[in-house]
Amino acid sequence: MKYFLALLTGLLMTLGAAAQALSPDALVKSVTNDVLDIVRKDKDIQAGNTRKAVELAEAKVLPHFDFAHMTRLAVGKAWRQASPAQQQALTDEFRTLLVRTYSKALTEYRNQTIDFKPVKMQAADTDVVVRTLVQQPGGKPVEIDYSLDKTDQGWKVYDISVAAVSLVTNYRGSFAQEISAGGIDGLIGTLRTKNGGSEAAVASKQ
Amino acid sequence: MAAAATVLTGGCATTANGKDPIEGFNRAMFAFNEGLDSAVIRPVAKGYEFVTPDFVRTGVSNFFGNIADALIAVNNLLQGKGVEAASDAGRFVVNSTVGILGLFDVATEWGLEKHEEDFGQTFGRWGMDTGAYVVLPLFGPRNVRDGVGLVFDMAADPVGHVSDPSTRNALTALRLVNDRAGLLPADKIIDEAALDKYSYLRDAYLQRRRNLVFDGRPPKDPDFE
Repeated sequence: MKYFLALLTGLLMTLGAAAQALSPDALVKSVTNDVLDIVRKDKDIQAGNTRKAVELAEAKVLPHFDFAHMTRLAVGKAWRQASPAQQQALTDEFRTLLVRTYSKALTEYRNQTIDFKPVKMQAADTDVVVRTLVQQPGGKPVEIDYSLDKTDQGWKVYDISVAAVSLVTNYRGSFAQEISAGGIDGLIGTLRTKNGGSEAAVASKQ
Repeated sequence: MAAAATVLTGGCATTANGKDPIEGFNRAMFAFNEGLDSAVIRPVAKGYEFVTPDFVRTGVSNFFGNIADALIAVNNLLQGKGVEAASDAGRFVVNSTVGILGLFDVATEWGLEKHEEDFGQTFGRWGMDTGAYVVLPLFGPRNVRDGVGLVFDMAADPVGHVSDPSTRNALTALRLVNDRAGLLPADKIIDEAALDKYSYLRDAYLQRRRNLVFDGRPPKDPDFE
């Protein structure tokens, strides 16, 4: 127990220190390398154990994401019409959806290597894009770019682009479609169904 | 299948998506392509992935990528990007020789970055409007501009000019299956991510093409806070 506490404190301090001190590109690099080191050694995750991948994401990756910011951008203009309770529900459901997707992506990891491109930034910059290139054996390289902005808690990711497709912008189209069909509650309902559905699918596979 | 497409469009026909005026047709074609993919192309790609080691698929990707580099050079030239065009031509020369007929991508290791250009992007660079979104049978998502670009891409494609029909068909099939195999990991991720797969892929396609025309740096969306 004592050992566990020491470990936990150490981990929290590392995370905290990493978030405060690191430049955005160094942060993306250290988090990505940490996570991939674990996935490379973890046969369960490679075999498709989504629950374990979710735990890894929750511990290592999600502290560096600003889900409220992501949700606000994805909902777009309708965000201001949403009540605080609706905003919270949207953020929670969107977070769940993104965590599931990210964890799924981790289970699909197969020996890809990642090139990190240095960021040219000024000291005063508060919004940067960190560009990476994923080299996959037998496939074309894929660009993955992280948009981060500087918050009181350090640099936080608010968007990811895969192959020049921004996740947030892509969801903005789907969300607008849902909102015009069923209002904000309609969107919350669709997200809940989607999350519940994949939860059931995940459970039945295990 | 067609009925499902009609039901789906019924709910969405009124939404303001100016880029997708023929959504009903597109959804039907999308369903057709999905059916074809799950019945034939994906199973074949899975079999191919299963029987080939990674280095073989890398070699195949490099081989077709090298052929593409020649056309990418032409398109960069047409877009007035001389430095990029020279680099692409350099890639083609290096990889065709040192890289043994393009099987090894030596040029990337030497620092000549791979670009992605085609006639659709060239027309976009020249100021041609994208036109409506359209899902083509077999080829999948395009917009009108990229559909016209596709005709030029195919006319210029060296594989299409191989004189022996059986070699030509084998190369075409190999390229298709190899490309599809490279996308297999993305299947489950898209299923996990998309609320509506049709519009998710449509929006991704439109966004990606826009970004490519601007070489990854499009003007910022004014709506984006």
